[in-house]
Amino acid sequence: MRAFLGFVRKETLHLLRDRQTLAILILLPVVQVLIFGFAVRTDVQDIAIAIVDPTPDVATQELRGRIAASDRFHLVRVGSSTKELELEFRRGSIRQALVLPRDVERRLGRGDSLPVQLLTDGSDPNTGGIMQGYATAIVQRWYRDAVPAAGGLRIEAETRMRYNPTLESAHLFVPGLIAYVLTIVSAMMTAISITREKETGTMEMLLVSPIRPTAVVAGKVMPYIVLGFVSVLLVLVAARTVFGVPLRGSFVLLLAECGLYIVTALALGVVISTAVPNQRTAMLAALAGLLLPTLILSGFIFPLDSLPRPLQWLSHVVPARWFLTIVRGIMLKGAGLATLWQETLILVGMTLLFLGRGSRGLAIRLG
Amino acid sequence: MTTHAIDAQALTRRFGNFTAVDAITFHVEPGEVFGFLGANGAGKTTAIRMLIGALQPTSGSATVAGYDIRTQAEQVRRRIGYMSQKFSLYEDLTVQENITLYGGIYGVSNRDIATRTGDILARIGLEHAAAELVREIPLGWKQQLAFSVALLHRPAIVFLDEPTSGVDPITRRRFWELIYQTAATGTSVLITTHYLDEAEYCRRISIMVDGAIAAMGTPAEVRNAAGAATLDEVFLKLTRTGAAA
Repeated sequence: MRAFLGFVRKETLHLLRDRQTLAILILLPVVQVLIFGFAVRTDVQDIAIAIVDPTPDVATQELRGRIAASDRFHLVRVGSSTKELELEFRRGSIRQALVLPRDVERRLGRGDSLPVQLLTDGSDPNTGGIMQGYATAIVQRWYRDAVPAAGGLRIEAETRMRYNPTLESAHLFVPGLIAYVLTIVSAMMTAISITREKETGTMEMLLVSPIRPTAVVAGKVMPYIVLGFVSVLLVLVAARTVFGVPLRGSFVLLLAECGLYIVTALALGVVISTAVPNQRTAMLAALAGLLLPTLILSGFIFPLDSLPRPLQWLSHVVPARWFLTIVRGIMLKGAGLATLWQETLILVGMTLLFLGRGSRGLAIRLG
Repeated sequence: MTTHAIDAQALTRRFGNFTAVDAITFHVEPGEVFGFLGANGAGKTTAIRMLIGALQPTSGSATVAGYDIRTQAEQVRRRIGYMSQKFSLYEDLTVQENITLYGGIYGVSNRDIATRTGDILARIGLEHAAAELVREIPLGWKQQLAFSVALLHRPAIVFLDEPTSGVDPITRRRFWELIYQTAATGTSVLITTHYLDEAEYCRRISIMVDGAIAAMGTPAEVRNAAGAATLDEVFLKLTRTGAAA
């Protein structure tokens, strides 16, 4: 036990004396929250839109007014022909164009169908889809209000977005960011710190000493568990103060699940460290083998539903996928363990698997 | 005889079809300085790894400090010291922190750590540097410190794996004085080296060729048996015939 405590102390000293790395690890969560919060927004604002209105009248005036009043849109110009549109799209001066037919007022009065063309710059499919959605919503509401409600029943769907009513992307990325930061802080740093001892030759000395390999590893990961929790708290505080991301569920449950995921990540770090010879390879393995799946196959950046089928299957073995479901459930929906026990169980299973694999790797090294 | 610090009987290790260590039999007496020589790849490192309990032998047996390396690896590890050519110190910890850490790992009491730290630092002339990072102290001192740390728990035998590579002659001489002082207290020293002039300082040596012990005895015995004037000659003779065979 004394040997173990001495080991924890030593590992803490390593961490505290490497000022640069420590500064990066502490700043990383905060900087990432700000970057994702401000720069990588998937909700779209200030869409430059042009309207082609060959015969302006009262009805089209109303539509123009609604689009101009929306803070999603920025009405660039209203023209009478479609000639210029192609050039403007290519120049990038507009990202959307709404082409209205002739005699809108008269068609509306007769209750005719209204052929409206909506052109959207689809070079970024995600934002393209979102822009299309915004514009369609405005046009439809305008149409409903303009057509006299005479004759027959009309079905009107009142839509509400649950859990994230204003569709803030910040609310969605925070859980993913926790997984991302923990992958770096826990998995990568563990892998690096173990392989560093292999490189400097101190691991050899430890393996020859009476201290057990599992005690060595447990002592090594202790400070990174603490650092992991600090990172989680930093992400949560930054997300809450800067973007007002809510925490609807239990804080204790959230921390417990984060603790579980920290252990998952640490175990993965140990698995990597037993498989690679040096720090550089450990870092590459952690980045390519852990960080990339955490970003892409977890639903963090790309919705899982939009992935090709084989990748969707593959995502089932990515721990971050389950962790994301859990954290989003707790933070946004206020879900409890009663609904999240399956995901938690999967994560526990994976963690035990990695721990087993990691400790076997250590035992093999002892030959 | 279990009074030997090391007693190896037909110790063998194979990796697949390759026999790295081929039935070596030798012993090291208490307080003896034993030179373990051989070209790179002759099997020295594999043999040492078996003796320090880091590798299981394929066949044969050995006791270290009276304990069986197969079944009592834990006790073996408590009774040996080990210093690799990389010195095994933590560069970003201070001299004192390194000593305390190793003492803790080997279960040395805090009081013993304190008194032995004073002894060590006085002996190698590092009293002023206890609070300095190991990174900051010169290589020669680092190496003497690593050796002293490997002896902190008073092992029955200490394994030195090429401890003097890359060190200047004066420091090397100083290091050998430390080795003799250690042997005089009854601790055996098994040392590997590529410097054959150093081998002359050992009480007995063995030369490994292709996994087997090709010559063993006092340096004088080994020279005479081979009809050579220097150990250099003996070494070249043995390793050449070994390569031809």
